[in-house]
Amino acid sequence: MSASAPAGTDSSAPHGHPEEGFFRKYLWSTDHKIIAMQYLLTGMAMALIGGFTVYAFRMQVAFPGESVPGFGQVTPGAYNALVTSHGTVMIFWVAMPVLIAAFGNYLIPLMIGCDDMVFPRLNRLSYQIFLLSAVVFIATFFVDGGAFGGAWTAYPPLSTKPEYSLTPLGAPLWLIAVALEFVAFLIGGINFVTTVMNSRAPGMKMFDVPIVVWMIIAASILFMASIGPLIAGAMMMLMDQLAGTHFYDPTQGGDPVLWQHLFWFFGHPEVYVVLFPALGIVAEVITVFARKKLFAYKTVLYTAIGTCVLSFFVWAHHQFVAGIDPRMANVFSVTTLLISVPIAEMLFVFIATLYGGSIRLATPMLWALAFLVEFLLGGVTGIFLGASAADIYFHDTYFVVAHFHYTFFPIAFIAVFAGLTYWFPKMFGRMMNETLGKIHFWGTVIPFNFIFIPLFITGASGDHRRIYNYNHFPDLARPELQDLRVLATVALVVLLAFQLVFLVNFFWSMRKGRKAEANPWKANTLEWAAASPPPHGNFAELPTVYRGPYEYSVPDRPDDYWPQHMPG
Amino acid sequence: MKPIATTRSATGIPTGRLAVWWVMASEIVIFGGLLAAYVMHRLGHPEWSNQAIHTNTWLGALNTLVLLTSSLFAVLAHQAAEHGEGRKAARLLLATAGGALVFLVVKSFEWSHEIAAGYTLTSNTFWSFYYTAAGLHAVHVIAGLVIMLVVAADAAKNRELQRVELIGLYWHFVDIVWIFLFPLLYIAK
Amino acid sequence: MTREPTVAEQSHPNYVKVWGVLVALLAVSVVGPMFEIKLVTLVTAFGVAILKAYLVARNFMHLHIERRYVTYLLVGMVALMLLLFAGVAPDVMKHEGHQWKNEAAQKVVRDAAPAAKVH
Repeated sequence: MSASAPAGTDSSAPHGHPEEGFFRKYLWSTDHKIIAMQYLLTGMAMALIGGFTVYAFRMQVAFPGESVPGFGQVTPGAYNALVTSHGTVMIFWVAMPVLIAAFGNYLIPLMIGCDDMVFPRLNRLSYQIFLLSAVVFIATFFVDGGAFGGAWTAYPPLSTKPEYSLTPLGAPLWLIAVALEFVAFLIGGINFVTTVMNSRAPGMKMFDVPIVVWMIIAASILFMASIGPLIAGAMMMLMDQLAGTHFYDPTQGGDPVLWQHLFWFFGHPEVYVVLFPALGIVAEVITVFARKKLFAYKTVLYTAIGTCVLSFFVWAHHQFVAGIDPRMANVFSVTTLLISVPIAEMLFVFIATLYGGSIRLATPMLWALAFLVEFLLGGVTGIFLGASAADIYFHDTYFVVAHFHYTFFPIAFIAVFAGLTYWFPKMFGRMMNETLGKIHFWGTVIPFNFIFIPLFITGASGDHRRIYNYNHFPDLARPELQDLRVLATVALVVLLAFQLVFLVNFFWSMRKGRKAEANPWKANTLEWAAASPPPHGNFAELPTVYRGPYEYSVPDRPDDYWPQHMPG
Repeated sequence: MKPIATTRSATGIPTGRLAVWWVMASEIVIFGGLLAAYVMHRLGHPEWSNQAIHTNTWLGALNTLVLLTSSLFAVLAHQAAEHGEGRKAARLLLATAGGALVFLVVKSFEWSHEIAAGYTLTSNTFWSFYYTAAGLHAVHVIAGLVIMLVVAADAAKNRELQRVELIGLYWHFVDIVWIFLFPLLYIAK
Repeated sequence: MTREPTVAEQSHPNYVKVWGVLVALLAVSVVGPMFEIKLVTLVTAFGVAILKAYLVARNFMHLHIERRYVTYLLVGMVALMLLLFAGVAPDVMKHEGHQWKNEAAQKVVRDAAPAAKVH
């Protein structure tokens, strides 16, 4: 192969294959760790877009009609596009790539003790399609008519008819971007599942696989099983938009509710697709920083599998007010309430792991503990919405918004920060700064609650969530709630500002942080047996596994940890 | 060069084949979602049989025969590859690819007649489903055709013979999808 | 590279014979509708399709000698699609809308109203 790359300029790279230029090493690499970094950095860049959009439209809600600093006047069309983009970006281009693709790519080969994914070039292709999808998505902002504003759920007819959506190009491009993203994750997911099934280190049995790997695999399978109907549905919608078919037009024999079903048949399992890796990360961090064996490993595993199955039986709880068959609404209420049982069980398992542990409150552990608390609030408020009778009142209020942010924010940010601060020494060979880490932690978690607790209150008093300017609707305006709306927006700005601390810490520590040894946290799993950062090919000698991943504080041993690859 | 990971096989199923099974699993739900949507619309619209009457059963049956036969060639190619006979496997794969080509020619003949008769993608939602489902399947036929030619070129030089089985598995899956499309689109009238 | 004995080496169905059966079944499914009896058409169309798919999966894809969980995986995916159908069909097959009235609840309210006055 010829080095068709531009001249390699990055000589300060921490580990060397000096014959590779910059292009082959960082942009065209098949190394799973580089691909993970590509996903991570793309996800972080997209998170900035997602953060900026929410800043702009929350400012409009708090100070209606005033020019937003850094954005300008928010028109109604721009408001819709900003809300839609915020939802789409945060789920498809932040949570998915960071939690599944970045952590999955980085951790799977290292944690199961092999040198790479089974299909390295397919892995690279998956990232390239993902990058293309992000580019197509960003392009929607610059086409005639502007970005799509029909919400991330894209219900027809709003999404299919340009005369309703007013975005003749934005809507199809948005759909194409999302579809490309699905393809990227299908390819990636097949790679993950095959790798874990076939390429585990010698001696690593099913129950020696770390929980986070299990969780990423469960998420990949769940994604693969739920996305199919939506891919078909997206195809039909694209044809409705561009070719003039009428799949979702009831006047011509189609049915708009079909899209809602296809969307949520994927959309609800999707919640678990992103939740599982987050739970896995939290499990790893909690065991290491409590120096205690994970409580009930197999229970966690079986609970996860049970949740996967059950998650296919709950989708229509998003459609209680869509005029669906009331008999189905009864069924879906019951299953929705049921699914809180396994999730609660997992939280109990984590609390039981903490019980009696020797807890170190390092930054990763703070994030993991915060995840338990915040996610619990999100889960409990979901019970209100799962009951169809209560949902008819709560639907489309800020209560729903607060509920799913109490689940998604812990998943997509709190757990991700737990994982990043925990694996940072492995990824870059340097420690992150603890003081900055703690400032960032408190600066994120406190404002987070100040955003969404007010929204619970406004939502419970009936504040409708899709209002661009309350002054236009005197009977909905509720001036007494305006203070809470402003409080939420101010807290959001504070939260966004504190993310700068993280970015500074991340990029400064990458270059200048204290050098990390191979196993700074004294953890058991295989990735800590490799050098920090691991070279291309990962291990000097591929490890053999002798025991499970959570043998901490075993009596009669000099150390309180017992790595998986250590004989004896 | 392949990483060591690719050569491991903890399940006992070779990595390539395992991945093909997962591809197939994810394809089942794509086709399944589309066909489920079609079936429930069809049952909800008995009047669509006035449209379905105009599909050509004989051409559909001919295409079924073509695909079944090409599937036979694919499995014979696999058998040849098992015995290490790369050239024979390549010839049989070319025969399979020929079947794919015949299928596409028949399909385009059929579609051009239907379009000329006024049954277009947008004339009725039945025809929308008809063209979408068969079109999605045809895309899979084209993809299979391309991959098959690549695999055949390698097999002729006795390289990567395990891939003959993998493209065969995919091809049988495409065949099975058509086995269900045929009654759904042509026989149910 | 390690190559373990692949499935076809362990057992050889007669592929040409299987193909013959498949073609015969195709003929059945074409002839079936000519009787113009709905039940016969249903069986010859969809029953035969399932049978054909089974024959191809078993003999050509060698699922009968593949690890059992592959079959479970594929069948599981098909089962998910049946679940999707069961959940969606009640809405889509009645797409002019349900106009549901909850008569049971109205009756309870009617019956309870006088009772409430008594207390």
